[in-house]
Amino acid sequence: MNPLDFVEKEYMKEDLPQLRIGDTVRVHVKIKEGEKERIQVFEGVLIAKKHGGVRETITVRKTSSGYGVERIFPIHSPVVDKIEVKRHAKVRRAKLYYLRNLRGKAARLKEVRR
Amino acid sequence: MIEGLIGKKIGMTQIFDKDGKVIPVTAIKLGPCVVVQKRTVEKDGYEAVQVGFLEENKKVKKVTKPMMGHFKKAGVAPVKILKEFKPLVSLNDIKLGEKITFDKIFQINEKVDVTGRSKGKGFQGVMKRHGFHGGRATHGSMFHRAPGSIGASAYPSRVIKGKRMPGHMGDEKVTVKNLEVVGMYPDRNVVLLKGAVPGYSGSYVFVRKKK
Repeated sequence: MNPLDFVEKEYMKEDLPQLRIGDTVRVHVKIKEGEKERIQVFEGVLIAKKHGGVRETITVRKTSSGYGVERIFPIHSPVVDKIEVKRHAKVRRAKLYYLRNLRGKAARLKEVRR
Repeated sequence: MIEGLIGKKIGMTQIFDKDGKVIPVTAIKLGPCVVVQKRTVEKDGYEAVQVGFLEENKKVKKVTKPMMGHFKKAGVAPVKILKEFKPLVSLNDIKLGEKITFDKIFQINEKVDVTGRSKGKGFQGVMKRHGFHGGRATHGSMFHRAPGSIGASAYPSRVIKGKRMPGHMGDEKVTVKNLEVVGMYPDRNVVLLKGAVPGYSGSYVFVRKKK
Protein backbone atom coordinates (compact mmCIF):
# COMPACT_ATOMS: atom_id res chain seq x y z
CA MET A 1 0.00 0.00 0.00
CA ASN A 2 1.13 3.48 -0.77
CA PRO A 3 1.96 5.30 2.49
CA LEU A 4 0.29 8.44 1.15
CA ASP A 5 -3.07 6.87 0.35
CA PHE A 6 -4.72 8.69 3.23
CA VAL A 7 -3.71 12.05 1.72
CA GLU A 8 -4.64 11.19 -1.85
CA LYS A 9 -7.97 9.66 -0.95
CA GLU A 10 -9.18 12.98 0.33
CA TYR A 11 -8.71 14.58 -3.08
CA MET A 12 -9.90 11.67 -5.22
CA LYS A 13 -13.34 11.45 -6.77
CA GLU A 14 -15.38 8.42 -5.87
CA ASP A 15 -18.14 8.84 -8.42
CA LEU A 16 -16.03 8.35 -11.53
CA PRO A 17 -17.27 5.73 -14.01
CA GLN A 18 -15.04 2.82 -14.90
CA LEU A 19 -12.89 4.07 -17.74
CA ARG A 20 -11.30 1.71 -20.20
CA ILE A 21 -8.95 2.26 -23.10
CA GLY A 22 -10.91 2.64 -26.32
CA ASP A 23 -14.00 4.07 -24.65
CA THR A 24 -15.67 7.03 -26.26
CA VAL A 25 -16.00 9.53 -23.44
CA ARG A 26 -17.53 12.95 -22.92
CA VAL A 27 -15.45 15.01 -20.52
CA HIS A 28 -17.22 18.01 -18.99
CA VAL A 29 -14.67 20.69 -18.19
CA LYS A 30 -15.34 23.78 -16.11
CA ILE A 31 -14.06 26.91 -17.79
CA LYS A 32 -13.73 30.18 -15.94
CA GLU A 33 -14.23 33.35 -17.93
CA GLY A 34 -13.72 36.22 -15.58
CA GLU A 35 -16.49 35.83 -13.03
CA LYS A 36 -18.62 33.42 -14.99
CA GLU A 37 -18.13 29.72 -15.12
CA ARG A 38 -19.36 27.47 -17.87
CA ILE A 39 -19.03 23.87 -18.90
CA GLN A 40 -17.35 22.73 -22.08
CA VAL A 41 -17.64 19.17 -23.34
CA PHE A 42 -14.81 17.34 -25.03
CA GLU A 43 -15.85 14.10 -26.69
CA GLY A 44 -13.41 11.60 -28.09
CA VAL A 45 -11.68 8.26 -27.76
CA LEU A 46 -9.76 7.48 -24.60
CA ILE A 47 -6.36 6.46 -25.95
CA ALA A 48 -4.21 6.38 -22.82
CA LYS A 49 -4.38 6.26 -19.03
CA LYS A 50 -1.34 7.26 -17.04
CA HIS A 51 -0.23 7.39 -13.41
CA GLY A 52 -2.26 6.20 -10.44
CA GLY A 53 -4.08 7.53 -7.45
CA VAL A 54 -4.84 11.23 -7.39
CA ARG A 55 -2.36 11.81 -10.23
CA GLU A 56 -4.25 9.70 -12.76
CA THR A 57 -4.72 11.30 -16.17
CA ILE A 58 -6.50 10.29 -19.35
CA THR A 59 -5.67 11.25 -22.93
CA VAL A 60 -8.73 11.83 -25.11
CA ARG A 61 -8.41 12.11 -28.89
CA LYS A 62 -10.92 13.42 -31.36
CA THR A 63 -10.86 14.66 -34.92
CA SER A 64 -11.98 18.24 -35.23
CA SER A 65 -12.51 19.58 -38.74
CA GLY A 66 -9.88 17.29 -40.16
CA TYR A 67 -7.28 17.81 -37.47
CA GLY A 68 -6.54 15.37 -34.71
CA VAL A 69 -6.90 16.98 -31.28
CA GLU A 70 -5.76 15.41 -28.04
CA ARG A 71 -6.36 16.65 -24.53
CA ILE A 72 -4.96 15.28 -21.32
CA PHE A 73 -7.25 15.50 -18.29
CA PRO A 74 -6.24 14.96 -14.67
CA ILE A 75 -9.42 13.08 -13.87
CA HIS A 76 -9.44 13.88 -10.15
CA SER A 77 -9.07 17.61 -10.74
CA PRO A 78 -11.99 19.80 -9.66
CA VAL A 79 -11.82 21.34 -13.15
CA VAL A 80 -13.19 18.11 -14.59
CA ASP A 81 -16.87 18.29 -13.73
CA LYS A 82 -17.89 14.82 -14.86
CA ILE A 83 -17.01 12.11 -17.33
CA GLU A 84 -19.58 10.14 -19.32
CA VAL A 85 -18.82 6.90 -21.09
CA LYS A 86 -20.71 6.67 -24.37
CA ARG A 87 -19.33 3.55 -26.01
CA HIS A 88 -16.88 0.75 -25.43
CA ALA A 89 -14.62 -0.60 -28.13
CA LYS A 90 -12.64 -3.74 -28.67
CA VAL A 91 -8.99 -2.92 -28.31
CA ARG A 92 -5.87 -5.00 -27.84
CA ARG A 93 -3.48 -2.32 -26.64
CA ALA A 94 -3.11 -0.36 -23.41
CA LYS A 95 -2.15 2.77 -25.38
CA LEU A 96 -3.87 3.52 -28.68
CA TYR A 97 -1.15 5.79 -30.02
CA TYR A 98 -1.38 4.03 -33.40
CA LEU A 99 -4.63 5.92 -34.03
CA ARG A 100 -2.53 9.03 -34.58
CA ASN A 101 -1.23 7.59 -37.83
CA LEU A 102 -4.64 6.53 -39.10
CA ARG A 103 -7.40 8.67 -40.50
CA GLY A 104 -10.92 8.24 -41.77
CA LYS A 105 -12.38 4.77 -41.85
CA ALA A 106 -9.15 3.13 -40.70
CA ALA A 107 -9.24 5.05 -37.44
CA ARG A 108 -12.50 3.49 -36.35
CA LEU A 109 -12.69 1.07 -33.45
CA LYS A 110 -15.00 -1.90 -33.30
CA GLU A 111 -17.71 -1.34 -30.73
CA VAL A 112 -18.50 -3.88 -28.05
CA ARG A 113 -21.48 -3.81 -25.71
CA ARG A 114 -20.70 -4.35 -22.09
CA MET B 1 6.86 26.16 22.70
CA ILE B 2 10.01 25.42 20.73
CA GLU B 3 10.84 26.66 17.27
CA GLY B 4 10.92 23.34 15.47
CA LEU B 5 10.59 19.57 15.50
CA ILE B 6 12.24 16.46 14.13
CA GLY B 7 10.44 14.68 11.31
CA LYS B 8 10.74 11.98 8.73
CA LYS B 9 10.08 12.45 5.04
CA ILE B 10 7.32 10.13 3.84
CA GLY B 11 7.15 11.07 0.18
CA MET B 12 5.64 13.39 -2.35
CA THR B 13 2.25 13.59 -4.01
CA GLN B 14 -0.04 16.27 -5.28
CA ILE B 15 -3.25 17.86 -4.12
CA PHE B 16 -5.69 20.27 -5.76
CA ASP B 17 -6.57 23.72 -4.50
CA LYS B 18 -10.09 25.09 -4.87
CA ASP B 19 -9.37 26.51 -8.32
CA GLY B 20 -8.27 23.11 -9.55
CA LYS B 21 -4.61 24.03 -9.50
CA VAL B 22 -2.19 21.27 -8.64
CA ILE B 23 -0.02 21.81 -5.58
CA PRO B 24 3.05 19.56 -5.26
CA VAL B 25 3.36 18.50 -1.65
CA THR B 26 5.81 16.62 0.54
CA ALA B 27 4.32 14.64 3.40
CA ILE B 28 6.39 14.65 6.58
CA LYS B 29 5.80 12.67 9.72
CA LEU B 30 6.51 15.43 12.19
CA GLY B 31 6.98 14.48 15.78
CA PRO B 32 5.85 13.74 18.37
CA CYS B 33 9.07 14.71 20.10
CA VAL B 34 10.02 14.25 23.72
CA VAL B 35 12.04 16.73 25.74
CA VAL B 36 15.31 15.09 26.81
CA GLN B 37 17.37 18.01 28.08
CA LYS B 38 17.23 21.73 28.68
CA ARG B 39 20.23 23.91 27.92
CA THR B 40 20.42 26.89 30.23
CA VAL B 41 22.44 30.10 30.13
CA GLU B 42 23.93 29.38 33.56
CA LYS B 43 25.23 25.96 32.66
CA ASP B 44 25.68 25.96 28.89
CA GLY B 45 25.81 29.62 27.97
CA TYR B 46 22.76 29.47 25.74
CA GLU B 47 19.15 28.40 25.88
CA ALA B 48 17.85 25.41 23.96
CA VAL B 49 15.63 22.40 24.31
CA GLN B 50 16.96 19.04 23.27
CA VAL B 51 14.24 16.82 21.91
CA GLY B 52 14.16 13.23 20.69
CA PHE B 53 12.08 11.87 17.85
CA LEU B 54 9.50 9.32 18.98
CA GLU B 55 9.01 6.73 16.27
CA GLU B 56 6.47 3.96 16.23
CA ASN B 57 7.63 0.37 15.88
CA LYS B 58 11.23 1.43 16.10
CA LYS B 59 13.41 -0.46 18.50
CA VAL B 60 16.38 1.59 19.56
CA LYS B 61 19.32 -0.75 19.73
CA LYS B 62 22.94 -0.16 20.60
CA VAL B 63 22.51 2.61 23.11
CA THR B 64 25.81 3.36 24.78
CA LYS B 65 26.01 3.50 28.56
CA PRO B 66 26.67 7.27 28.67
CA MET B 67 23.63 7.85 26.45
CA MET B 68 21.57 5.49 28.59
CA GLY B 69 22.35 7.70 31.56
CA HIS B 70 21.41 10.78 29.56
CA PHE B 71 17.98 9.37 28.80
CA LYS B 72 17.53 8.09 32.34
CA LYS B 73 18.11 11.58 33.68
CA ALA B 74 15.14 12.83 31.68
CA GLY B 75 13.11 9.74 32.45
CA VAL B 76 12.46 8.91 28.81
CA ALA B 77 12.99 5.82 26.70
CA PRO B 78 16.03 5.94 24.39
CA VAL B 79 15.47 7.51 20.98
CA LYS B 80 17.54 7.44 17.83
CA ILE B 81 17.56 11.09 16.83
CA LEU B 82 18.26 14.04 19.12
CA LYS B 83 18.23 17.68 18.14
CA GLU B 84 18.27 21.03 19.92
CA PHE B 85 15.78 23.77 19.17
CA LYS B 86 15.41 27.26 20.52
CA PRO B 87 12.59 27.68 23.03
CA LEU B 88 9.88 30.21 22.23
CA VAL B 89 8.62 30.32 25.81
CA SER B 90 10.44 30.42 29.13
CA LEU B 91 12.37 27.23 29.82
CA ASN B 92 10.46 26.86 33.09
CA ASP B 93 7.30 26.18 31.10
CA ILE B 94 8.86 23.20 29.38
CA LYS B 95 9.16 20.02 31.37
CA LEU B 96 11.61 17.18 30.87
CA GLY B 97 9.92 14.19 29.31
CA GLU B 98 7.15 16.35 27.89
CA LYS B 99 5.72 15.21 24.59
CA ILE B 100 5.45 17.89 21.93
CA THR B 101 3.25 17.43 18.89
CA PHE B 102 3.41 19.63 15.82
CA ASP B 103 -0.06 21.15 16.24
CA LYS B 104 1.25 23.04 19.27
CA ILE B 105 3.90 24.73 17.13
CA PHE B 106 2.77 25.08 13.53
CA GLN B 107 -0.39 26.44 11.97
CA ILE B 108 -1.78 25.91 8.53
CA ASN B 109 -0.49 28.35 5.85
CA GLU B 110 2.54 29.10 8.01
CA LYS B 111 5.96 29.27 6.34
CA VAL B 112 8.66 26.88 7.56
CA ASP B 113 12.31 26.08 6.86
CA VAL B 114 13.30 22.45 6.40
CA THR B 115 16.80 21.05 6.89
CA GLY B 116 17.77 17.63 5.65
CA ARG B 117 20.57 15.66 4.08
CA SER B 118 20.43 15.74 0.29
CA LYS B 119 20.55 12.67 -1.91
CA GLY B 120 24.10 11.60 -2.74
CA LYS B 121 24.94 12.08 -6.40
CA GLY B 122 28.41 10.51 -6.36
CA PHE B 123 31.40 11.93 -8.23
CA GLN B 124 30.07 14.51 -10.67
CA GLY B 125 31.57 16.79 -13.27
CA VAL B 126 31.45 20.56 -13.26
CA MET B 127 28.37 20.87 -15.45
CA LYS B 128 26.10 19.02 -13.05
CA ARG B 129 27.92 20.00 -9.87
CA HIS B 130 28.47 23.70 -10.48
CA GLY B 131 26.28 24.51 -13.46
CA PHE B 132 29.12 25.22 -15.90
CA HIS B 133 27.89 25.58 -19.45
CA GLY B 134 30.27 23.14 -21.11
CA GLY B 135 31.06 23.22 -24.78
CA ARG B 136 29.37 22.50 -28.03
CA ALA B 137 28.27 18.89 -28.64
CA THR B 138 28.66 18.80 -32.41
CA HIS B 139 30.10 20.74 -35.37
CA GLY B 140 33.61 19.44 -34.82
CA SER B 141 33.79 20.66 -31.25
CA MET B 142 36.28 18.75 -29.17
CA PHE B 143 35.32 20.46 -25.95
CA HIS B 144 32.19 19.00 -24.39
CA ARG B 145 31.81 18.79 -20.61
CA ALA B 146 35.29 19.70 -19.44
CA PRO B 147 35.88 22.57 -16.98
CA GLY B 148 38.26 24.50 -19.26
CA SER B 149 41.01 26.65 -17.87
CA ILE B 150 41.47 26.45 -14.11
CA GLY B 151 43.73 29.46 -13.76
CA ALA B 152 46.59 31.57 -15.07
CA SER B 153 50.13 30.35 -15.79
CA ALA B 154 53.39 31.63 -14.29
CA TYR B 155 51.61 33.82 -11.84
CA PRO B 156 50.35 32.46 -9.48
CA SER B 157 51.71 29.07 -10.67
CA ARG B 158 49.08 27.25 -8.64
CA VAL B 159 45.35 26.75 -8.62
CA ILE B 160 43.55 29.10 -6.28
CA LYS B 161 41.79 27.56 -3.32
CA GLY B 162 38.08 27.01 -3.68
CA LYS B 163 38.28 26.64 -7.48
CA ARG B 164 35.13 24.81 -8.54
CA MET B 165 36.14 21.40 -9.83
CA PRO B 166 34.59 17.94 -10.30
CA GLY B 167 34.04 15.95 -7.14
CA HIS B 168 31.54 14.44 -4.78
CA MET B 169 28.09 15.96 -4.99
CA GLY B 170 25.11 15.70 -2.69
CA ASP B 171 24.86 13.97 0.69
CA GLU B 172 25.29 17.29 2.46
CA LYS B 173 23.18 19.40 4.78
CA VAL B 174 20.66 21.42 2.80
CA THR B 175 18.07 23.87 4.10
CA VAL B 176 15.02 24.77 2.05
CA LYS B 177 13.37 27.98 3.20
CA ASN B 178 9.85 29.33 3.10
CA LEU B 179 7.84 26.18 2.47
CA GLU B 180 4.16 26.63 3.15
CA VAL B 181 2.23 24.26 5.40
CA VAL B 182 -0.74 23.28 3.25
CA GLY B 183 -2.16 20.31 5.13
CA MET B 184 -2.25 18.82 8.61
CA TYR B 185 -3.23 15.42 9.93
CA PRO B 186 -2.81 15.72 13.71
CA ASP B 187 -4.08 12.19 14.40
CA ARG B 188 -1.32 10.78 12.19
CA ASN B 189 1.33 13.40 13.06
CA VAL B 190 1.67 14.23 9.38
CA VAL B 191 2.02 17.65 7.74
CA LEU B 192 1.97 18.50 4.04
CA LEU B 193 4.48 21.10 2.87
CA LYS B 194 4.28 22.77 -0.50
CA GLY B 195 7.30 21.87 -2.59
CA ALA B 196 10.24 19.53 -2.30
CA VAL B 197 12.36 18.69 0.73
CA PRO B 198 15.99 17.45 0.64
CA GLY B 199 16.76 13.75 0.96
CA TYR B 200 15.22 10.39 0.37
CA SER B 201 11.80 9.29 1.51
CA GLY B 202 12.38 7.94 5.00
CA SER B 203 15.24 10.31 5.78
CA TYR B 204 15.18 12.55 8.83
CA VAL B 205 14.43 16.24 8.46
CA PHE B 206 14.26 19.17 10.86
CA VAL B 207 11.33 21.54 10.40
CA ARG B 208 11.66 24.98 11.93
CA LYS B 209 9.57 28.11 11.96
CA LYS B 210 10.57 30.52 9.23
CA LYS B 211 13.46 32.78 10.21
